[in-house]
Amino acid sequence: MTFQLIVFYSFAAWLIFSALMVITSKNSVKAALFLVLTFASAAAIWLLLEAEFLALSLIVVYVGAVMVLLLFVVMMLDIDYAALRQGFVNKLPIAIVTSLAFFGLLYYFITHGEFGPQNYANPAPKGADYSNIKELGRILYTDYFIAFETAAVILLVAIIAAIALTFRGRKHRKAQVISKQLEANKKNRLKIVSMEASIEETENSGEQEPSTAEEKS
Amino acid sequence: MIGLSDYLLLSAILFAISVAGIIINRKNVITLLMCIELMLLAVNTNFIAFSHFLQDSAGQIFVFFILTVAAAEAAIGLAIIVVLFRNRATIDVEKINQLKG
Repeated sequence: MTFQLIVFYSFAAWLIFSALMVITSKNSVKAALFLVLTFASAAAIWLLLEAEFLALSLIVVYVGAVMVLLLFVVMMLDIDYAALRQGFVNKLPIAIVTSLAFFGLLYYFITHGEFGPQNYANPAPKGADYSNIKELGRILYTDYFIAFETAAVILLVAIIAAIALTFRGRKHRKAQVISKQLEANKKNRLKIVSMEASIEETENSGEQEPSTAEEKS
Repeated sequence: MIGLSDYLLLSAILFAISVAGIIINRKNVITLLMCIELMLLAVNTNFIAFSHFLQDSAGQIFVFFILTVAAAEAAIGLAIIVVLFRNRATIDVEKINQLKG
């Protein structure tokens, strides 16, 4: 149990420290990297709570995908951070007061509420043969199947929206325009010129009669 | 012994920090997005703590869906920031006032 206490308090300290660094760092790149540290220590806390699949997917989804996207955007945009930090000191007192009031309220309800060990006793640890992924998959594909499919549609909408917002393709593409192809007719494509028949001296230039164009059409 | 209230207090601290971050970084949209991600992390920690102490896996399913929606939100939000920077050359929230709202 002492090992769990050490893990909990050390990762909780890392979590709070890195969250503070996220909101106070001057550079957005630094803030994004501290956010990665925050998610990693939160994943360790989730491992203590026996949510192994979610802890690993937090690392894979957030640290691997969302944070990389965020870092790309932060590094691509040429942002004047000094201008964005004007009024930082002015807002600091009201921020501290607001968040302390908020935390005080939550602290009161958590410590005076019914969340103590008499109502929520520590459950017995799961055995070595327990599979968190198997358990989650069993529920996810039966009880929450509709919600699961809806989540897939939400991700599809996100993909299409992100591409549609940032796509900067050529305006005049060389794609087929079906309506123009259907509008085309013989009258405005084909021009018949009548000219006198003549035989040229060279041999390989065969017969060139005006009637050939008419036959092709 | 780590009880439920310890986890709840940890996520309350995280939530309070992200509220403070939203107030002091009101100009920078990217930091605002990061603070919203921190808030979602605090809420997810609450869900998982209750799921563990109530021995009910439904809480973890909820966290799964919150992660999905948060990933979609981050992708669309960053795309909007890129378009905004392309048009206005700034991401200052106070200069985004074309709609006169």
